[in-house]
This record gives sequence, C-alpha cells and structure tokens, in this order.
Amino acid sequence: MTSVTTDPAQDPRMSGASKPPSLFDGGLQGFLRRKEVRAVLYQILAVTVLFAAFAWMGNNVVINLKALGKDFSYEFLGQASNYDINQRPIEYDSQSTHGRAMLIGIINTGLVAFVGIIFASVIGLLVAIARLSPNWLLSRLAYAFTEFVRNVPVLLHILLVYGVVITVLPNQREGEEPFTLFDRVILSNRGLFIPKPEMHQGAGYLFIAFLAACALAYLWRRYAKVRQEQEGKTLPVLLPSLGLIILLPFLMWLTSPDSLTFSIPEQGRFNVKHGLRLLPEFFALTLALAIYTSAFIAEVIRAGILSVSKGQKEAAGALGFSRLYALRLIILPQALRVAIPPITNQYLNLTKNSSLAIAIGYQDIVGTIGGITLNQTGREMECMILVLLLYLSFSLFISFLMNIYNRSIALVER
Amino acid sequence: MRTLATIAAALAVAASFALSAPASAGTLEDVKARGSLKCIINTGLIGFAFTDANGQWQGFDVDFCRATAAAVLGDPNAVEFVNATGKTRFTLLNSGEGDLLYRNTTVTMSRDADLKLTFLGVNYYDGQGFIVPKSLGISSAHDLDGASVCIQTGTTTELNLADFFRANNISYESVPIETNEEARQTYLAGRCDAYTTDHSGLAATRASFDDPSAHVLLPEIISKEPLGPAVRQGDDEWADVVRWVMTALIEAEEYGITSGNADQLVSGSDNPSVRRILGVEGSYGSFIGLDEEWARRAIKSVGNYGEIFERHLGPNTPIGLERGLNAQWTDGGLLYAYPIR
Repeated sequence: MTSVTTDPAQDPRMSGASKPPSLFDGGLQGFLRRKEVRAVLYQILAVTVLFAAFAWMGNNVVINLKALGKDFSYEFLGQASNYDINQRPIEYDSQSTHGRAMLIGIINTGLVAFVGIIFASVIGLLVAIARLSPNWLLSRLAYAFTEFVRNVPVLLHILLVYGVVITVLPNQREGEEPFTLFDRVILSNRGLFIPKPEMHQGAGYLFIAFLAACALAYLWRRYAKVRQEQEGKTLPVLLPSLGLIILLPFLMWLTSPDSLTFSIPEQGRFNVKHGLRLLPEFFALTLALAIYTSAFIAEVIRAGILSVSKGQKEAAGALGFSRLYALRLIILPQALRVAIPPITNQYLNLTKNSSLAIAIGYQDIVGTIGGITLNQTGREMECMILVLLLYLSFSLFISFLMNIYNRSIALVER
Repeated sequence: MRTLATIAAALAVAASFALSAPASAGTLEDVKARGSLKCIINTGLIGFAFTDANGQWQGFDVDFCRATAAAVLGDPNAVEFVNATGKTRFTLLNSGEGDLLYRNTTVTMSRDADLKLTFLGVNYYDGQGFIVPKSLGISSAHDLDGASVCIQTGTTTELNLADFFRANNISYESVPIETNEEARQTYLAGRCDAYTTDHSGLAATRASFDDPSAHVLLPEIISKEPLGPAVRQGDDEWADVVRWVMTALIEAEEYGITSGNADQLVSGSDNPSVRRILGVEGSYGSFIGLDEEWARRAIKSVGNYGEIFERHLGPNTPIGLERGLNAQWTDGGLLYAYPIR
C-alpha cells in the first residue's frame, strides 16, 4: 500500500479522539454527524479525492509517456520553425524559432479579440437600442437579427463569412478588376490593401503633436464640463476633440513631409505589392465573431436597459432631456451596471471562439503553436499545455480589465 | 461509515490503477483476440481512402489494411477504420486507438525516431508538387514569385514549401488550411494562385474538380515523400507482420501472382519464390506468428500491388496516375521488395 491508498478518513478521526470528550458524545456515529466535524471532515475528504484524481492522471501521463519513450521538454521552442506565416505583425521568417511563431500566434489572437470585442460591443449596443425602439420595423429587424445569429453555430458563421468574402469580392486570379479608391486603396479576395505609413527621422515630432492634441482635447472636455455645471450650457466636445487630434499632427506633418511617408499598394504579377494588407481571413474571422457575439451582447444590454425602472425615463422626459440624452446620461449608465458582468462573459467567449480560426487558415495560437509546431515537433502534450495556459491568460487578463471597469461604474455605497 | 469505506476503497482502486503501467501485450495477440484490425486511414482522399456509393471504405491505403486483416484474421472485412487528419494520426496510433497506420504518411527520420514510430517500408513513392489554373500561364514553380499558395496543414508540406521558396529566393504567401476539402474550396475560389500537397493527392483532388482540364500540375517535385505504413515502436512481432504482408503484395506482382491465379499457382508453379509466397514451401508464416496461407489470403482478397494500383490510382481511374517511380524495379521503378525466403 502506498501513501495514496491510506484511508484519508483515519487521520481526522484519530485527531478527533484527542479532543475534549464532548465531541465524542454518541460514539463514532454521533461524532461523524456533528456539525463542526462534518464541516471540516468532508472538505478534507473532498480535497483528498480531488488530489488523488489529479495525482492519478498525472502519474498515468508520466508512465505512459515513459512507456512510449517520450520525454517532456520545451527545448523545441528555441529551434527554427521552418514554416512561414502570412500575417506577421512582427518580423518573422521560416528560420525564426518556434517560440517566435508562438508569439505571432499570440499577437494574432490578441488582434482578433481586440478588434472583435470593439465591433461586437458597438453592434450589440446598436441592436439592443434598435430592438427596444418604438419603430416597429426597426425593432422587428433587430429581433430577427438576434434570433438568427445566436441560434447558428459560430463555426458556420466563420465559414459562411469567409466563403462570402472570398467568392463575392473580385477574383483577381480569374482576371476580375479589384475595387480601387483613388488608386490608393485596393480591395479584392486577396485582402484589403491600404497605404502603409513609414516613419523616418522627425516622426517623433508628429507623435509629440499627437500627444499634445490629446492633452488639449482632454482639457477642453474638462472645461466644457465646468461650463455646463456652472451655466447649464453644453459645449460640443466630440467634434472639436477629433478635429484637434487630426489637425495638429497634420499641420506638423506639412512642415516636414519627409518624416512620414506612405508606401502605396500596387498591383503585382499575382498579388498586390507594398502597402498594408488586411488578410481576408482576419477580416472574415473578426467580422463573424463580432456578429455572433453581438447578438448575445445585444440581449444582455436589452435586459440591462429593461431593468432600469420606467420612472427614470419618464423623469428624464419631464426634465426636458431628449431621448438620446436620456439614453446616454441616465438609462445606459444604470443599465451597464447590470450588464457588465454578463458582457464580460461574452468577451471571454469571443476570445475563446477565435480558436476556430484554424478552419479558415488564420494563424492564431492554435494555428501556430497548437498546429504546425505541434505537428512538426510531435510535442502534443507540451504544445497543448501551452495553448491552454495562453487562452487561460487571455481570459484572466480580460476579466481583470473588465473587473476594474466594473468597479469604476458600480454604485458606490456609503 | 459505509460511505466512508466505499470512498476509501475507491481511492485504493484509483491508486492501484495509478501504479500499474498500461498493459502492453503484443498487438498481434490483441488483434487476434479482438477479431478485428483497427486501421488508421485518411478522413477522405479519392484514390487512397474514400467511401463508395455503398458507404464502404475503398482505396489504395484501405486495400493494404484489408490485406493485413486477411492475412492475420482470414477476413479482409474484419477491419475497423479509424479516420485521422494529418494532425491526429500519430496521437491515435500512439494512444492505441489504432493497430497500424496506412494514411499516406511520409516516412521521415524525426517521425521514426522522435515520435517513437516504426515505419515498415514504402507503399507509394510520392513527392510534393503544385497545381495551378491553366489561365495563369505558368509552366514552372519558379514563376510563382509573389504568389499565394494554399497548403494543407498538419503535414510536412509547410516545411518543404518554406525550404523550396527560401532556397530559390522567391517570395510567397502561405495560406494554411486544415483539411484537403477546405483547401480545395479555397483554391477554387481564387484565394490562392497555387495549391500544394503530395503529387498523388493533387491528382486525386484535380479529379474531383468540375473542370479538371482547366488546372495543370507543375513539373517541379520539391520533396521526396515516400509514403508508408507505421506501427508503434517496440512491438517487433507486429511490425514484422505488417511489413511482410506489404512486401508479399509487392513481390506477388513481381512473380505474377494475382488474386485470380493464386489458387492455381499453389499446385501449378515450380518457381520456388512463388511457392514460398503461397506457403507451399517452407514455414514462413510461422516465423511471424501466422499460418502458412497468410500471403495467399492477402493476395486473393485485394490482389497484388499492381492490381491495387490499377484499381484505385491507375490510368483507367479518374485520378489517372502512371506507375512512374512506383513500377517494379524490373520495369525501371523503385519497387524492390525484400525477398521472402
């Protein structure tokens, strides 16, 4: 018999014997039924069983791997990957390491999650508002959208959007003319190509101008708020801020146009050369995930809005708030308090669902470390553990951010 | 108290499981005891492993599975097919979900040594090639500078592709797709200029296009892809069985033994090689733990190598592959079976 097989019930019982006799009134049966004993004993038991189960699984893995003659090692992360990746946010070629390929996978997953979450939130909010609109057509359309989208599996959404993207957009290979805009932007089923900014000497000043514009915009917003509180007048904030942030760096750029140049996309033999490329896979995956998740977010926000008592809306109306202002300043802040925790769930779902990218060949975490690297090195256990930890980190990170936001908008109780 | 005792007993059982290493009786005994052979094949590749109109698995690899089952169990239909993607095949084999792997799998050193497999020879000499639309007007893979290339992931193709383009200093975009079926769709939709995988696979895929004549295979073969069966490392008896069944099918073609004439040749041939294959001379079957008619049954069930090739891949099939490297050595090919003697 080993240490694992020792009856775990023995220890607490023996230690119980040394305790005051009052615990033992009614013999062993009575002892086991006492509230204090039950509270501790069964928890110890549960934890022991849990650990034994894990130990059993872990032990089996070690034994089985040994039986197969395989060791457990992450050395492959430092070896050359020998494969190429089409979406490379950082420098990479087939001579880079598996570790760097994984890093690209992480960034690519992060990109899809980030852009997808923004779009899902915006679409979700708009659909929720449309759904509650008194306009019959609008609310019915929003209803149909929600019901269709959330009742179709997300993998189908991804394949459908991808299929539409690569078959509907102009097929350059068969000689169809791609869509162009001022000869600067090209769109075909090979992707969206836009001019790519390239920084040169002096670009730092542009950045400083940008920061200064942001600071000015912030000051203007505070000033507007003070004016409104003192005089009740509302000053425009959004447009002047945007204007500042665009105009100031632009004026700076005019003084030294060499500091920032643009590489213009141009048609090559097969693909568009130069410029910045948005892959159809990235576009399709992000759009599909955003649409799918937005339906759930819309329902959550709708529930949140409905949870705000009707009196609030009527009071806002009585005070002369327009519908838009009432929604923005009174209804939504209260609705979001209810909606943020379930919305966090949806953000996590979107991030996790992005692992279906492999279906359309987008190189995310699963496509790199959990796909080609796994296959070429044959290190299933090591790779899968990494993939698992990476998605866990992503989820915990998003939860962490959302919890901070949730605390900042929560009702402060005194 | 009884509950506690039960839990303790359960724990003890769990612990004893943990301490006993997985039982590893010989695969041959396992297969015989089970009465069926678990053979890992492709999820679907015309010519190699596909379901016919009756839902039966057919194909080049499938027939080798059936021949093995016929030799070991006496019944070519005593096969449970386990379908594997490029990614799952080795895990399925190593975890014991299958007894052997016939899934157009390239024999490489890392797979043989690092993945702890034992490869048993080559049943198809292949190489990685490219297919492009005729309309592109390309005649060589060296013209693909800047092109997008669709690849099926989970294979050695990514590596070959990266090596080829790097060695020739050509830029390209790789578009990795999980399965052959989706890669085919993506290629046809025009997302890629070329599609690359094993030459035989390209021919099989082209056969499934609406208009096969609108696509051409480029002449470059950028890798050696010897495809062959594999078993788990460390079970030499079972490895011998699979190796010699395959060898017998190849050698049968060399000596003219077919599914049709195998029975007549038992009494009608004085050629010692033929007599040894058919189990009339010597006791070769007992060397590998089988009876003396093992090879005769295998040949009678699916035919010799040439018959299998003609039936699934040859010029009269939609795939239309020539024997090429896969001809017998006597015909200028690479098939040179170890002699059964």
